[in-house]
Amino acid sequence: MGTASDIKLIDENNIRLDGRGPDELRPIKIETNVLNRADGSSFIEWGGNKIMVAVYGPREAYPKHNQDINKAIVKARYNMAAFSVDERKRPGPDRRSVEISKVVSEALEAAIMVELFPRAQIDVFIEVLQADAGTRIAGLTAASVAVASAGIPMRDMVVGCTAGKVGNKIVLDLSKEEDNFGQADLPMGILPKSDRIVLMQMDGDLSVEEFEQATSMIMKATKRIAQIQREALTKKYEIQQKEQGE
Amino acid sequence: MTETKQIVIPGDEIERTNEKVRNGAYKCGQDKYCSEYFGIVQRNEQFIDIVPFSGPYFPRKDDKIIGKILEIGPSMWTVDINSPYHSLLHMNDTPWRTSAGDIKRYLAIGDYIYGKIMSINELRESWVTLKDAGLRKLEGGHIISIPAPKVPRIIGKGGSMVNMIKDATGTRIVVGQNGLIWLDGIPKNIMIAIDAIKMVENEAHTVGLTDRMEAYLESKKGEIDGNSK
Amino acid sequence: MPKDALGVLSEIKKSFITKQIKEGRRGDGRKPDEYRELRIQTNYVPRANGSALVELGKTKILVGVKIDAGEPFPDTPNLGVFTTNVELLPMAFPTFESGPPNEMSIEVARVVDRGIRESKMVDFEKLVIEPGKKVWVVFVDINVLDYDGNLFDACSYGAVAALKTAVVPGSKYGGKDTQLPINNTPVSVTIVKLDDVMVCDPDLEEEQMSTTRVTITTTEDGHIRAMQKGDLGYFELDEIRKAIKMSSDTGSIIREKYLK
Repeated sequence: MGTASDIKLIDENNIRLDGRGPDELRPIKIETNVLNRADGSSFIEWGGNKIMVAVYGPREAYPKHNQDINKAIVKARYNMAAFSVDERKRPGPDRRSVEISKVVSEALEAAIMVELFPRAQIDVFIEVLQADAGTRIAGLTAASVAVASAGIPMRDMVVGCTAGKVGNKIVLDLSKEEDNFGQADLPMGILPKSDRIVLMQMDGDLSVEEFEQATSMIMKATKRIAQIQREALTKKYEIQQKEQGE
Repeated sequence: MTETKQIVIPGDEIERTNEKVRNGAYKCGQDKYCSEYFGIVQRNEQFIDIVPFSGPYFPRKDDKIIGKILEIGPSMWTVDINSPYHSLLHMNDTPWRTSAGDIKRYLAIGDYIYGKIMSINELRESWVTLKDAGLRKLEGGHIISIPAPKVPRIIGKGGSMVNMIKDATGTRIVVGQNGLIWLDGIPKNIMIAIDAIKMVENEAHTVGLTDRMEAYLESKKGEIDGNSK
Repeated sequence: MPKDALGVLSEIKKSFITKQIKEGRRGDGRKPDEYRELRIQTNYVPRANGSALVELGKTKILVGVKIDAGEPFPDTPNLGVFTTNVELLPMAFPTFESGPPNEMSIEVARVVDRGIRESKMVDFEKLVIEPGKKVWVVFVDINVLDYDGNLFDACSYGAVAALKTAVVPGSKYGGKDTQLPINNTPVSVTIVKLDDVMVCDPDLEEEQMSTTRVTITTTEDGHIRAMQKGDLGYFELDEIRKAIKMSSDTGSIIREKYLK
């Protein structure tokens, strides 16, 4: 994380560069069934992030020696489009996307009832079309919606959010500048019904109290985000029910 | 039934009094059940089921299904049954007298069959048979696919929904338990039948569907008769 | 990847389409020279220098254009640089795998590139910052999101629409932001043969059934700028003549309606 002491990320009134208060989320919008071929799909706009997610499966794992006779393998593939970032990115996975793919796969697997699908694989393709900080948890949040829309059984949804430290204050949902020039970054993925943590990474400098503050902020915010996920799934059906009920 | 059906997402707790929770929910606490699916809560006096809006087909013994031939081996075919797992059809389970290495003559890659699930093991490996009344290679006509969980709605109580569509459009319709549907008849009337089936697929969770279907098919009567000339 | 049902052409579908073709209609009711519903949204990724989301029937493509300063090619020191890449994302089809570009994505990328380059659509001479040293480099990255046939045309329309609305970020180097200098609008039309009938804009099943294909790109003056015959099978010369006319006529309609 770089430092730029001439950028004031948060002022004396706790207002951030983009005008938000410390525990305000950027605007989030989620749509489902945006793709035709995939078994499930979703599209999320979170701040300036635009991310498309597609789910295929469960289907037989390939090659055969990868099959686990006890459960399905969850394979998330996080990828950034060449035009998604300021400096055009060469297509293809780099070490960062491989790591993100791994932790996101593991987070989803905690929720998906993989034991119902021995020998199978569930592929989750997360394509970042435009990046604006927090892509891995935005991708995870959208992925949970896509998996649910594919009719894959889960114990709970998975919701992601970040918190961090800028100007020595704990803030929710880091923006790009805050991610680049702030003092700490804590992305988390949780199961909202039980508050169980299924994804957590951190870099920077946080005291234990600051960590508690950040976590509490995230846990509260994930309830709001879980509601947005619910509406994304149910909206179209509830409207139909209302129309036909008349 | 005039009340709207409740929509749930994974993790939602299921309200109940004394009913037994059957499909689509798991025990998530002391006497608490949570939904596994994004779907509809279906209740009667005894049972509660969560029916997902979409999802794969889970093969069950004796289900009649429509499958597509994907691969051919010396003595058996690999069949796609719209399930996470492929099924196998052995040459001995067909009505034809075949010899190993020569089975391609009866079923080629891309052909469709109307078969029955004969057996399935814990590893979800399943076998299909064509040895039963009405089972056969499907020829001609048209094939569409709908999510397997919607099949009961397409068929309707005692076949009422699908028969309504069949009679109105003069089309032969075979509905596989796995979500594949075969239609045969005059192409333009097949298209109308497909539109009707899509209507059920999209509105399965609403009330008054049967009445709307009757009205829709009635409105298409003139067109159907014109196509049949 | 193991075989997926979608990747295997259905015999029933094939005979249904063949029957329809004999009556002058296609599987979905279209006429031979009719395109599916086409929708193009430009500036879909505002932070890129140009972008377009294309929906051609159920085929969905997203094109992003990034423009940055770089070095010219040694043999063209006074021309900007232009490069096209196509990613067949695994999300687009059950048998698409992640990995380096395969021959399908490379063919689509090169054909789209050729159509644009040979039309002289982008004025490369106007993309010089410092002659011989610094020029504008235009990256066209095409991502296939959902596959239902005819990538050649969908990708080409996306690239053309994104380029037409692209902005050169001159302000990054003390100058002004300007529109990418555009000379004309090439339009690509892809035709396949179903038995002996030639149809435009094949969907996936028509592609799977077809015996051969040709993509022809024309400009407003009616001239042919690029051609590509692909897949197995053959064309008679007369059929190619017919394809050229189809391409020019249909191309004009598409240019007028969607790419102005």
